[in-house]
Amino acid sequence: MYDIKGYYDAETVSEATALLAENPNLKIIAGGTDVLIKMHGGQLEEAELLSLRKIKSLEKIDLADDGTIVIGAMATFSMVFHNPILKDLIPILTEAAISMGGPQIRNIATIGGNVCNGATSADSASSLFALNAQLKLESKNGERVVPIREFYLGPGKVAINPGEILTEVRIDPEDYKGFAGHYIKFAMREAMDIATLGVAVVCKVQGGNFEEVRIGLGVAGPTPLRCLEAEEYAKGKKISSATLAEIGKLAVKSAKARTSWRASKEYREHLVEELTQRALKTAVVSAGGAEVV
Amino acid sequence: MYKRIAFTVNGKAYDFEVDVRESLLDVLRSHLGFTGAKQGCGVGECGACSVLIDGVPTDTCIYLAVWADGKEIRTIEGVAEKNGELSEVQKAFVDEGAVQCGFCTPGLVLTTTALKESGKDYTREELKRELSGHLCRCTGYQNILKAAEKSLEGHVCTCVDSPHYKGE
Repeated sequence: MYDIKGYYDAETVSEATALLAENPNLKIIAGGTDVLIKMHGGQLEEAELLSLRKIKSLEKIDLADDGTIVIGAMATFSMVFHNPILKDLIPILTEAAISMGGPQIRNIATIGGNVCNGATSADSASSLFALNAQLKLESKNGERVVPIREFYLGPGKVAINPGEILTEVRIDPEDYKGFAGHYIKFAMREAMDIATLGVAVVCKVQGGNFEEVRIGLGVAGPTPLRCLEAEEYAKGKKISSATLAEIGKLAVKSAKARTSWRASKEYREHLVEELTQRALKTAVVSAGGAEVV
Repeated sequence: MYKRIAFTVNGKAYDFEVDVRESLLDVLRSHLGFTGAKQGCGVGECGACSVLIDGVPTDTCIYLAVWADGKEIRTIEGVAEKNGELSEVQKAFVDEGAVQCGFCTPGLVLTTTALKESGKDYTREELKRELSGHLCRCTGYQNILKAAEKSLEGHVCTCVDSPHYKGE
């Protein structure tokens, strides 16, 4: 039995925010694939749970008229993977979604839960970082939108205030239109494994040059991160193996890899340098550029 | 804390109070006697506790019993015909020798049943991916895969660059 002291269901977002305002100690539960595991491991005791599972409006995945992609926080990884809009417009997110856990976990784990859990190894995170995702947080007193890079504060720590619920993950049209990308999850197994490193890149290519590059890394530091120095360097550079090699080196400078039982710092840095280049090579071709040999 | 829930298991309706601390696996095994769902890892990694909830393979060890309210649940006990005749998927598992100790078998048969009933086509790679949430510690994966392929006969595409893989 799980160590649950209280359990509340909300059927609408406003019901959920009202319950949260009354009792800020409520722990939000979505798919439960992190929260229940923490309880099982004794890291979360006497929990009072607020379940969002009955709020069907939060499962919607939509393309707004202005081109903004809106993913409800309660959309499961299976829903994300099978969604034709996402597969067409931002395949680096659907590829990340299918790499997570196994089918039963993807059938229940949600993208909002993945983000709010605050893990650097969150499989959706490197793609959401590369896509400049925006997070909509709602509370009884209103709503605010936070860029995902400002949301991750530290391992397991995110910038959600008491009383707030993550309701939407949004991607603006200027952040994905004209870009092509690629996602690589490096792990010891092909399923049911936590990433040793996650790399998501998007790029825009113009006449043999990089117009813009964005690189998101997972498990390369205490939080997911972007390789801003490498991105700045890439702007306007000719696409060549020398440019890619330099991007790989600069990407390592942004990483804050550490040694864990999964891999050493040195090995992770090697992966950052190598996989950033491999991901970009594939992305360049998808973006209409020539293959770099 | 207790909550009243109503759901069906293998077509039979239940309506009773559950302790909010219980997993669906606790309720299925301890209260209702559906011991075909196994407690393995307890953390959603091994798939031994998987059942179909509204047709979707789900790990019941990390699924709270209260979430089952209004759901249709199918366990391994509900797969064979009423007269005891095995389903096609079960027969395929027997024919291919895909059962060793049997602990992972209920979950694998249920997931394969869901794949079969989806009517969709799968590549061999996709099939492996769809079964990857079930660990067989006897490591009898080859025969399990053969049984799954046999179950989905006519719906497995063996061509290397199948259109199903990325563009499904």
